[in-house]
Amino acid sequence: MNNIKKELNMASKETRQDSIGRFISYFCITIIGVLVISIIYFITSRGLTMFFANHVKLSDFLLKTTWNPGTLDSHGKPEVGALPMIVTSFSVTILSAILATPFAIAVALFMTEYADKRGAKLLQSVIELLVGIPSVIYGYIGLSVVVPMIRHIYGGTGFGILAGTIVLFVMILPTITSLTVDSLRAVPQHYRQVSLSLGATKWQTIYKLILRVGTPGILTAIIFGMARAFGEALAVQMVIGNAAIMPKNLVSVASTLTSQLTTGIGNTVLGTFANNALWSLALVLLIMSLLFNTLVRIVGNKGAVKNERKNKQ
Amino acid sequence: MGKNNLGAETIMIPREEIAIETKKIDVYYGSNKAISNASLAFPRFKISALIGASGSGKSTFLRSLNRMNDGIATVKGEIMYRSTNINSVKVNVYQVRKHIGMVFQRPNPFARSIRNNITFALKEHGIHGEDELNKRVEESLRAAALWDEVKDSLDKSALSLSGGQAQRLCIARSIALKPDILLLDEPASALDPVSTSKIETTLRELKKKYTIIIVTHNMQQASRLSDYTAFFHMGKVVEYGQTNNIFTSPRANITEKYISGNFG
Repeated sequence: MNNIKKELNMASKETRQDSIGRFISYFCITIIGVLVISIIYFITSRGLTMFFANHVKLSDFLLKTTWNPGTLDSHGKPEVGALPMIVTSFSVTILSAILATPFAIAVALFMTEYADKRGAKLLQSVIELLVGIPSVIYGYIGLSVVVPMIRHIYGGTGFGILAGTIVLFVMILPTITSLTVDSLRAVPQHYRQVSLSLGATKWQTIYKLILRVGTPGILTAIIFGMARAFGEALAVQMVIGNAAIMPKNLVSVASTLTSQLTTGIGNTVLGTFANNALWSLALVLLIMSLLFNTLVRIVGNKGAVKNERKNKQ
Repeated sequence: MGKNNLGAETIMIPREEIAIETKKIDVYYGSNKAISNASLAFPRFKISALIGASGSGKSTFLRSLNRMNDGIATVKGEIMYRSTNINSVKVNVYQVRKHIGMVFQRPNPFARSIRNNITFALKEHGIHGEDELNKRVEESLRAAALWDEVKDSLDKSALSLSGGQAQRLCIARSIALKPDILLLDEPASALDPVSTSKIETTLRELKKKYTIIIVTHNMQQASRLSDYTAFFHMGKVVEYGQTNNIFTSPRANITEKYISGNFG
C-alpha cells in the first residue's frame, strides 16, 4: 500500500518529458512571435520615417506618378510618387490571377473528377515540380523566351506588364491548382453519388454542385496565388523593364513595388532619404500581404463554418 | 450443409405485374466476381427486401439496378425495365436514374436549404416554373411524411434536420423526380429506433405508388416491412420468395441459419 502511494506521488520521467516538451514548444513559439513583431515594427517604423521625418505627404506618395527620390521637383519637394509601382503591381497580380484561375480549375477538376489514380498522381508530381522551380529560372525563361516573343509580336522592347503577367501566370498556376484540388477533394464523396443517383450528368454534378460547394476553397486558392504574385520580386524584375514610370500599356516598360525595391536597395545608403522611400514601398508590400492574409482568413472561415455543420450530422 | 441445394425452386417468380427484372446478372470488381447469376423479378407496388451478411453482394446488386455501378464495377446480364434492357450501353443512364431513384445508407442532404435539396434535381431535369417547383416540393415532402415538420422552415439549412428527418428528406428528394422504383440501401441503419419506425411507416405508405427495393441488415425490418425477400449469400441469390414463406419455412438450410441469427 505504502509503496503504491509513494509511486503515485513521485515525479516520473514521463512528467518531466511532458514539461520539457511543453517548454521547448513555448520557447520556439515565443521566438517566432518576437521575430514577427520585430519585423512588422522594423518595416513600419522605417516605412513611416519618410512621412514623419522627411514630411512627405501620404497623398503625394500614393497618388503622384513620378518616382525619383534623389531629386527635388520644381517646388523643392522630393519626387516619391509610388502610384506607377502600385498600379503595375496590381496589374500583374490581377491579370495573372485571371489568366491562371480557369486553367487551375480545369486541371484540378481533371485531377479530382476525371483522371484515374495514376493520372492524378502524375499531375500532382508535375505540379509539385512547378512549385519547386526557383523563381530565377522562371525569370530567365521569361527573359529569353517570353520577352523576345512579345517584342516580335508587338514591337517595342518586349519588357512590361504582359511579360510579367505571363511569367507570374506559370508561377502561380501550381499554387492555385493544388489548393483548388484540396478544396474539391474536401467536397464529400456522397454528394457526387447522390447527384448521379438523381439523374444528374457528370457535368451538372461538377458545375452545379462540386464547384459551388468548393467555392470558398477556390477563392482562398486564388487569393493565395495573388499574394504570391504580388510578392514575387526576382522573376518579375527580370521581365518587367524596371522603369518607375506609369505603364502606358501592357507592353511598355514598368516597375512593380518589389522590382523597384530589389533594384533600388543596393544603390542607397541606410538612413538616407532615398533609402527611406524604399522602406515606404516595403511598408505598402507588408500591408498588402497582411490584407491578403486577412482575406484568406475571412473566406476560409466562411467555408469552415459550412464544413463544421456538415460534420455534425 | 445438408439440404443446401440451390435449385431453381428456391428462386420464386412472383405471379404479379413485374416492375423490374434481372436476368443472369454477373457483377465484377476488376477480376473479382461479386455477384453471379442473379435472376430476380420484383413485383410492382410491393416492397422487396434484400437480406444477407456483409459482403454478400446485396448492395452491389441494388446499385446495379440503376446503373450506379457504372465506372465502378462491370455488370453483365440483362436488367429488364418496361421491356427495355437498361443494362445496355445504348440506354441513357440519366433517364434510368430518373425513373429508378436511390436513397443511401447515411442521410446525405446537401448543405443547402431544405427546398433547394429537392429542387436541385428538378432544375437539372428542366423544371423551372416557381409554382411547379413549389408544388413538387410540397408533394414530395408530404409523401415522405416530412411536410408537417418542416413546412415553416423550408429555407433553413437541411443540415439542421435530425438524422431521421434528413433521411426522409433524402427520400423526398428522390421521389420529387416521380420515379417508378425506389432503391434504398440500408436507409435506417444509421438511425435510432423511433426514426426507423417513422421511415418504415413512410415506406409502407409509399408502396401504394412506388415499387420499393430495400437492402437491410435488420431481419425484423425485412419481416415486418417487405412483401418479398431475397437472401444473398457470397454473391449468389440463395432464396427468393414471399417474405412470410422465407421467414417461416425457408427452403435452404443456410437461409434458416442466417434468419435465426446463427451467422452473419
